[in-house]
Amino acid sequence: MSEHHHGEGHGHDHHHDNHFSDIEARVKALETVLTEKGLIDPAAIDAIVETYETKVGPRNGARVVARAWSNPEFSDWLKRDATAAIASLGFTGRQGEHMRAVFNTADTHNLVVCTLCSCYPWSVLGLPPVWYKAPPYRSRAVIDPRGVLSEFGLELPAEKKIRVWDSTAELRYLVVPERPDGTEGFNEEQLADLVTRDSMIGTGLALSPEVVR
Amino acid sequence: MNGPHDLGGQHGLGPIAPEKDEPYFHAEWEKRALGVTLCCGAFGAWTIDESRHARESLPPATYLSASYYEIWTRALEILLKRHGFVTQAELDAGRMLEKGTEPKRVLKAEMVAGVLARGGPCDRRVAPPPRFVVGERVRTKNFNPETHTRLPRYARAKTGVVEAVQGGFVFPDDNAHGWGENPQWVYTVVFEGSEIWGEAADPTLTVSIDAWESYLERV
Repeated sequence: MSEHHHGEGHGHDHHHDNHFSDIEARVKALETVLTEKGLIDPAAIDAIVETYETKVGPRNGARVVARAWSNPEFSDWLKRDATAAIASLGFTGRQGEHMRAVFNTADTHNLVVCTLCSCYPWSVLGLPPVWYKAPPYRSRAVIDPRGVLSEFGLELPAEKKIRVWDSTAELRYLVVPERPDGTEGFNEEQLADLVTRDSMIGTGLALSPEVVR
Repeated sequence: MNGPHDLGGQHGLGPIAPEKDEPYFHAEWEKRALGVTLCCGAFGAWTIDESRHARESLPPATYLSASYYEIWTRALEILLKRHGFVTQAELDAGRMLEKGTEPKRVLKAEMVAGVLARGGPCDRRVAPPPRFVVGERVRTKNFNPETHTRLPRYARAKTGVVEAVQGGFVFPDDNAHGWGENPQWVYTVVFEGSEIWGEAADPTLTVSIDAWESYLERV
């Protein structure tokens, strides 16, 4: 508790002020110079930030997965042409121009990484989390995926195969986790509640219905 | 290029430390950095491949100690200077000193929704048929260009199997340097863990990359 309190109090803010002072100044200088030149519209920046804070996030991907779980025709379409299937739900655009869906099975678990930068399907998962973009995940996901998964609290059976997808081109991957047991009769909305962001990257599984209840 | 960005398989970079209920942004400056970067991308002066190359060309010590939006920001400064939009003197002063290059377009607030929804598709028609077929064994080339490439180091000179022909895409190795889009077929090539990491690899592991045709040769 005391750590938490400290994190929200003076010490936290002070730490960040010091840590980020150089970069804060650089970003401020950039925005000021470009605005004075008429090259950027600060309101456009606000609109971009608002889009990714409130409109585009992992809820989009959860709806795709829930549709695939409950509709075999959609699931087939998603396997065949994920870009079109996902676009049919209205999720298109930047960093989701070319989509592939990869399905977990009883035999195989899929994990997505971009070792070269941090390619990520923004249009269905929103902006990537810090750990996805940071060197520890990018370096280890391809060489030690089980170790990586254990740091997310996910221990897979030893016989479960692991397939790592390194996003080296412009294809963006969406993992379709296995549908949890005990969800017969769930509608799409209820199913979507079980789909976490991490389960669509492969660093987690879908939640079991008991967790949500 | 063999830069600090090419991280697959490196050791010693620490624990992953996932954050519970992580926010999209950890500071206000990150929001502005994202927005400024996307606005400048809309100028149409450089490609995503050129911007990736600017990021991977940062000095390794800078790249590895910077947060992601700091990497973006530092690379953006380089791109803006390279294309004549700002000068170092202006970045130092934090204000406009001279006019500079005119962009093809300026992103206004009312354009944002449309531009983000459109994205920037980079699939292109490729006239000749694909050289490789699904199920074929292929070997990745062994090259170490100083220029941009999207073949990771860990996957060079390795033998794998073509799992899918993904279509024709802009070739980043050329496009990053203004040498044209020169689209090529892209293939998903899957490797056994042991082919990449040796005998000690997890026996259940397979790793795939998406490889442009010129990265591959017949076995």
